[in-house]
Amino acid sequence: MIEFKNVNYIHVNGIQALKEINLSIKPKTINALVGSNGTGKTTLARHINGLLKPTSGNVLVFGKNTKKISVASLSKRIGMVFQNSNHQLFADTVKNEILFGLNNFETDSQIKKNRFEWALNFFDLKKYENTSPLKLSGGEKKRLCIASVLAWNPEVLILDEPTVGQDQVQKEKMLKFISNLNKQGKTIIIISHDLEFLWPLKPNTIVMAKGRIKKTGKMTDIFSDDELLNQTCLMRPQLLDLWMKLNIKEEPPGDITEATDAIRRINGS
Amino acid sequence: MKEKSIIKFENFSFRYDSANEFILKNINLEINKNELVILAGPTGCGKSTLLRSIIGLIPHMHGGEYKGRVIVDQLVVNDVKITDLAKKAGFVFQNPENQIFMFSIERDIVFGLENLGTSRTIMKERVDSILSLLKIEHLATKAPHELSDGEKQKAALAGILAMQPKILILDEPTSLLDPKTAIDFINIVNDLRKKIGMTIVIVEHRLDLVVGIADKLIILSNGKIIENNNPKQVLHYSNQLIPEIGIPVISRLYRNLAKSNYDFDNVIVTVKDMVKEMRRKKFND
Repeated sequence: MIEFKNVNYIHVNGIQALKEINLSIKPKTINALVGSNGTGKTTLARHINGLLKPTSGNVLVFGKNTKKISVASLSKRIGMVFQNSNHQLFADTVKNEILFGLNNFETDSQIKKNRFEWALNFFDLKKYENTSPLKLSGGEKKRLCIASVLAWNPEVLILDEPTVGQDQVQKEKMLKFISNLNKQGKTIIIISHDLEFLWPLKPNTIVMAKGRIKKTGKMTDIFSDDELLNQTCLMRPQLLDLWMKLNIKEEPPGDITEATDAIRRINGS
Repeated sequence: MKEKSIIKFENFSFRYDSANEFILKNINLEINKNELVILAGPTGCGKSTLLRSIIGLIPHMHGGEYKGRVIVDQLVVNDVKITDLAKKAGFVFQNPENQIFMFSIERDIVFGLENLGTSRTIMKERVDSILSLLKIEHLATKAPHELSDGEKQKAALAGILAMQPKILILDEPTSLLDPKTAIDFINIVNDLRKKIGMTIVIVEHRLDLVVGIADKLIILSNGKIIENNNPKQVLHYSNQLIPEIGIPVISRLYRNLAKSNYDFDNVIVTVKDMVKEMRRKKFND
């Protein structure tokens, strides 16, 4: 559904941000894009909704070349939530922020009304309906950004560092709704340094270093590779680390509950 | 009598001019010399206000209702000038771009020293030793905008360390860094603390990076201190742990297993501790 074919991208300042990228993202999957600072993750994501076009090579989305379709028509199907909420929010009220994309992409007024109400309530923003987005806390701004994008019901959701500035309670809420959206058939792409957050989602993992894709695969396989972790400034999630150090052969647990059960079972207590 | 504590809050409360409510309420706290202390709590609980009160930004820059006393290395914050406090305590901001501003990193590092009236020979020595300590000699003549986030963070730290503060205050220093770079950064300041003696107060959301090396974990909630103890004690025995605190995965696993009557001989903070404990129990042999 999303295909990168020999993609290179050179910034206006002459620096090559993407090198020979070949990548295929399948529909209805959760994907994680990881790697150290300044390694090209955000640049790659911006090629998916056509905000950036390859210097050479091609990006195909839903079978169409991004060089030949407008960003607007791609955005309807691919929603992107930026790392810095302040770069995204611009309307005078929370209500208008959510309505902006919806008005552009949806014509049926009943659907529009339903989706607006849904976005407002699902993200606990009802009480701020007439408040300026600038007055919200960092965590609330992030929720508003996601709500505004999900309101127009895109098929693909790209989240750039969604957990920065979120406390544990908000992170767990986010984990649940990402997993629910995926079950409803949406394709999710998450850029994040927060590997403990990604771990329970069991995403397909794409590791980048210096503009190149180093490896793609299951999170367990990627994070078992010591040499790769050293090269890419990544750290092993604690549950996988524990499983490897204890030399347990069965599939590592996704969360604490699974880990507790497994340990008790193996230990026969 | 030798004073053990270097930072002391006595019945301290503060309300910003613009607010109706007190953001910090009757804080009593002592931080000992050369300790590394983590400050945690949900957003808006008063962490930044507490830090500002140590370096004197409160009350000298931010006005408001001020009750009680804060004593920093025997100076009463309210009674002395902010410049006197600057010699005692250095502050590294969350966003290094708020901090580094000169046209080269070298110039940025000497800026603080020049203001303190340091001689040229000493300045040269200090700059060289700080650059080599942080392994950023190659950045000396670079401009701030040429640096990556991790390098900026180190440059900001270098400028503060050059002044050799007794107290180092770090406000979410690793939020922009990838996991390995974040750990390197924490290890550098911790090694330095041991080598030259320094008290460190750090606000850090990724507790897994710091619980292994910290002496105390203080939790603030609604302007009050609800926990102040050894991190192991807090993470494992506290009933006050509010859900907003990002308790490391391994500590949550430990709590869960302990709850289901799993006997542990030692308190566990890291994966290494857990592995040792499991091996002792001949787990999976």
